[in-house]
Amino acid sequence: MKPPKFDYFAPTEIADALTLIAEHGEDSRFLAGGQSLVPMLNFRVAAPSALIDLNRVAELQQVRVDDSGDLHLGAMTRTRQIECDPVIGAANPLLQAAASHIAHVQIRNRGTIGGSLAHADPAAELPGIVLVCNALLHIAGPAGKRVVIAEAFFESVFSTALADGELLTEIVFPAWPAARRWAFQEVSRREGDFAMVGIAAWFDTDDDNRITEARLAAIGAGDTPLRLPSAEAALVGNVADAALFADAAQAGIADLQPGSDIHASAEYRREVGGVLVGRVLTQAWERN
Amino acid sequence: MTSTHRLSLTVNGQAHDCEVEARLTLADCLRDKLDLTGTHLGCEHGVCGACTVVVDGAAVRSCLIFAVQAQGAEIKTVEGLADGDRLSDLQQAFHDNFALQCGFCTPGFLATAEAFLSENPSPTRAEVQSAISGNICRCTGYVSIIDAILETAARRRGEPV
Repeated sequence: MKPPKFDYFAPTEIADALTLIAEHGEDSRFLAGGQSLVPMLNFRVAAPSALIDLNRVAELQQVRVDDSGDLHLGAMTRTRQIECDPVIGAANPLLQAAASHIAHVQIRNRGTIGGSLAHADPAAELPGIVLVCNALLHIAGPAGKRVVIAEAFFESVFSTALADGELLTEIVFPAWPAARRWAFQEVSRREGDFAMVGIAAWFDTDDDNRITEARLAAIGAGDTPLRLPSAEAALVGNVADAALFADAAQAGIADLQPGSDIHASAEYRREVGGVLVGRVLTQAWERN
Repeated sequence: MTSTHRLSLTVNGQAHDCEVEARLTLADCLRDKLDLTGTHLGCEHGVCGACTVVVDGAAVRSCLIFAVQAQGAEIKTVEGLADGDRLSDLQQAFHDNFALQCGFCTPGFLATAEAFLSENPSPTRAEVQSAISGNICRCTGYVSIIDAILETAARRRGEPV
């Protein structure tokens, strides 16, 4: 269908965007890449009185790596840039690898990391990646600025810690050790479809191949992206090998909270999730 | 409440000015305001790819952008491919390979393929498959479309096909 009527503003500064959203009240919405919001408008499941378009706010598109190696992505960084930019790939290869799984190139050319996080689809890739990377989400709002860790940001399906009038401005990924092992895999029926389940993982090892730190996250396996604490606990302190990865895969199944829908049953998602945990750990280990 | 906006944009090298309601999608602007009806609208929610056009060098869904957002943009549509009655090399390859039947999806495939080939002049078959994964064709089964894109890439590289 065609979208309902709305008022439209295209500020060029973050401060102006915040003023506009405050003026137009809770019926107004920020417009990022529009690859989820515009379909909702076209279906008329969303009918905001005003759209505050963020596409002309240059500050939200900045990408940089700071002196300590942390990767700073403006919230309007497009998925296609995350997929292709060698600076981003060097600073966080897991993030870059996951980006290529997101929808299709036409969507990646418009969609943004901030838009995906604020939309908070539990099957989307980027929420799972910021969770597994322990990224910091910078938020600006009427009460000033604040920083939220990824784990505290996702509250439920399509629901985040963002309050009315608040804007996600920047996502900061902690520095990535060069020797870190990592992998991302998902299962979807066709390329570009939402994942039925996906698993992202990384771990660090000492000189004896003992795992010193590990972090795993699942998408499509609950109301939010989920960490897999049981799988992490199974890994840390032990020597990386096939038997350990099999144990972690078994343990990780208990961390999944999938639902059933038209695409897959909860039982199927749980089984695939466990298999994927084993596969990503193996891939991460065998890559170097 | 709605707002109307004055819009200037370039389509296939030609400058256009028009007045648009904020809610008018770029696809509807091209078709209804600029009379460029080669861009087709299928699903209107970003799934089918029929409305794909090239905006500032990137293939995008024109049903998921508002015309007002394209202020100042350089847009290429299917109408910009042929030179009068003479088909472009890509269009000719679609014709030669039977890469269309009803033709409804074709403008989107052509726009997607043009943007793709400008980024990747030497694609593998798998890369072409991935590149067109966001476009739905219910006639061809895709094999002939992939053949046509690979043939065009080879010709542009000066290789015999």
